[in-house]
Amino acid sequence: MLPARFSENRKAERQMEKSVRKYWPVFLLPTLIAFTIGFLWPFVWGIYLSFCKFNTVNKVTFVGLSNYSKIMLDNTFVHAFGFTALFTVASTLLINVLAFLIAVLLTRGIKGTNIFRTIFFMPNLIGGIVLGYIWQILLDGLLSNWGLPLLALNEKAGFAGLLILMGWQQIGYMMIIYIAGLQNVSPDLIEAAEIDGATPWQILTKIKIPMVMPSITICTFLTLTNSFKLFDQNLSLTGGEPAKKSQMLALNIYDTFYARSGAQWKGIGQAKAVVFFLLVVVIALIQLRATRTKEVQA
Amino acid sequence: MKKGDAIFFSRVLETLPITIPTTLPETVLYSVQRQKMFIENRKDKGEMKKKVVSVLLSAAMITAMLAGCGSKTEAPAGGDAPASEAGAEASAEAGASAEAGASEAAAPAASAGEGKVYYLNFKPEADEQWQTLAADYTKETGVPVTVVTAASGEYETTLQSEMAKSDAPTMFQVNGPVGLNNWIDYCYDLTDADITKGLTSEDYALKDSDGVVRGVAYVIESYGIITNKKLLQDAGYTTDDIKSFDDLKKVAEDITARKDELGFAAFASTGMDSSSDWRFKTHLANLPIYFEYQADGIDKTEAIKGTYLDNYKNIFDLYINNSTCDPKELSAKTADDARNEFLDGKAVFYQNGSWEYSSLSEKYSDDDITMIPIYVGAGDEAKQGLCTGTENYWCVNAEASEEDIAATLAFMNWCVTSEVGTKTMAEDMGFTIPFTTAEASPNVFVKQDADNTAAGLKPVSWNFTTMPSEEWKNALGSALTAYAAGTGSWDDVKSAFVDNWATEYSLNAQ
Repeated sequence: MLPARFSENRKAERQMEKSVRKYWPVFLLPTLIAFTIGFLWPFVWGIYLSFCKFNTVNKVTFVGLSNYSKIMLDNTFVHAFGFTALFTVASTLLINVLAFLIAVLLTRGIKGTNIFRTIFFMPNLIGGIVLGYIWQILLDGLLSNWGLPLLALNEKAGFAGLLILMGWQQIGYMMIIYIAGLQNVSPDLIEAAEIDGATPWQILTKIKIPMVMPSITICTFLTLTNSFKLFDQNLSLTGGEPAKKSQMLALNIYDTFYARSGAQWKGIGQAKAVVFFLLVVVIALIQLRATRTKEVQA
Repeated sequence: MKKGDAIFFSRVLETLPITIPTTLPETVLYSVQRQKMFIENRKDKGEMKKKVVSVLLSAAMITAMLAGCGSKTEAPAGGDAPASEAGAEASAEAGASAEAGASEAAAPAASAGEGKVYYLNFKPEADEQWQTLAADYTKETGVPVTVVTAASGEYETTLQSEMAKSDAPTMFQVNGPVGLNNWIDYCYDLTDADITKGLTSEDYALKDSDGVVRGVAYVIESYGIITNKKLLQDAGYTTDDIKSFDDLKKVAEDITARKDELGFAAFASTGMDSSSDWRFKTHLANLPIYFEYQADGIDKTEAIKGTYLDNYKNIFDLYINNSTCDPKELSAKTADDARNEFLDGKAVFYQNGSWEYSSLSEKYSDDDITMIPIYVGAGDEAKQGLCTGTENYWCVNAEASEEDIAATLAFMNWCVTSEVGTKTMAEDMGFTIPFTTAEASPNVFVKQDADNTAAGLKPVSWNFTTMPSEEWKNALGSALTAYAAGTGSWDDVKSAFVDNWATEYSLNAQ
């Protein structure tokens, strides 16, 4: 009885493979169509719009490169870029170092590990806008208690606030990725190193870190691009105040697009967005190259 | 269907109910939610029909798939049963909602033979009344009217994306000359429209540089210093004691000096949060602009001189130093904070406009509150009235089809001439509409303005519609906030006011 049913199942499996071959468009096409409609087409259209003057996207006039020549016109793009770059460096370092430390601590089999992991991960489940407003209330309360100028008046507090907020939100997420990486480090390697007399520090730096390099690549990529593209938290926590000093690139583009009157500003905002896209791509590629080369095979 | 296919599909189905909810990122869920709300708002639109078709199609697909599986597979092990049940449930739900959607969509579509109206409303506080009015109009004439209200502060953004759609708003609004500049290509020529002829004054028609009427004001509003008469009496004064800036300063400072004894402050908080800062960066800033325009005999300029900035400073200082809270905390104070302070009787004065009447009248009777002019110590103060004007101009989308334009013009005219329309606008929305057919509004601030005008006071016109851009207002707001908290100087405010005006105008001209 048993072998017969077994072979019947085999047959069914084979037929299923055939079905996959027959039905692949059913599974591929919806996503492909959605991707085209939701991403590819708007992307191409967006690049075209950066060469146009327009108020709504169905009535555009081609103006060539003039939008690009006006990017610096309102004197805010450079400062926003500097602020964003500084923030990206600081938050990438902060988030990854802390996430890795917590991941190391929580892979040691301490009591209640799962509860800690869950709690650390939870902030990630709340949306950025909501978090921004909540932290604004918290930080303003603290600042007014210390007698310091509130967030909307205080560039440094705004920067620190953004770091705290992003750290609080992202560390848990990156921690999960690092934990997954650390758990994949073969115990054989660690045991062998211990027998050879390696100290815990040596095990960490010589074995664990090289072995989780793929996780580091992923995490630095995510934090880098997330920080560079940050919008919701920036909008709700500081809104770019005081006087655009805490404005990041994405918010700068948004303001160019919406806070000015006149059709020409839409095109300039669009041109800024294309430049912004190129910056993100270049920075992400450099980072990927830098960390990829450090990855090892065990 | 072969057995292999059946296994294949049942596996796919098994994964469906579990994977969809957990893998959708919150942004997608959010946009789905918004879409739902949006569709509910515009049931008669083609988009809805498309949506219904796609829902029906997918429901049909799932049902067909399930039917196929169900008939051909001998129910295998227990493990598969819940999955197919869940699938059946899903399809039943999809089918039901598609049906509901279809029946709802069918009703307005049947009568949509001629034109239709789609109004993008600016005032969230009047949304409910607009929906009722639209329904009344449809009942009376059979012309479908959709009213969608943009969230507070999101009008430009919403208008921008709505205008790009195939079913664009046929009726929208701009806030004055600067707003018109943005949308001029989309504004239908209203010079010969019936509604323009019904205006009480030529001034309420918004004209472009060629003198063509592009917009029509539909509500006239007043702002000033809303005063709690009872508290003012407790402090030993009446509104008759306040006839100039010096009087106001004396009264306010006296109240501040006796703050602990009286238990209330002079002014509600001058909140500089974005929900509230427009009261100062836009409305209060109107006064120095108005007096400068008056002195120079102009009605707009590309380079403001700031002649009356000292008066602006005086009144702003008076507000922040005689308030319910420390000026350092103002940057985080919201519009709700200020309103609640006034409602709780913690402040005598509260700078705001006639649109606040509905929320204040819940607590105060008409005898308790009044509005006094914002005196800044400029011009002839004995003759100064409330700040009265409009930043709400109706425009008709020139890109809409002929029938829709005709339907929209008829609807607009009906709103301001018919009995139902004028009554709803006056009583339910509390608007004073500048048309000869208007009903009197019960709004006490509006009455105050009428009394003032009858007594020979001259209303201060709204000149903030000539401010160069939102950006200019935002920069002024930032500078005021920093000045109030002591982290910035008044020179920064001056430069944000004068220098930035010219900068922004030159940027607009690019």
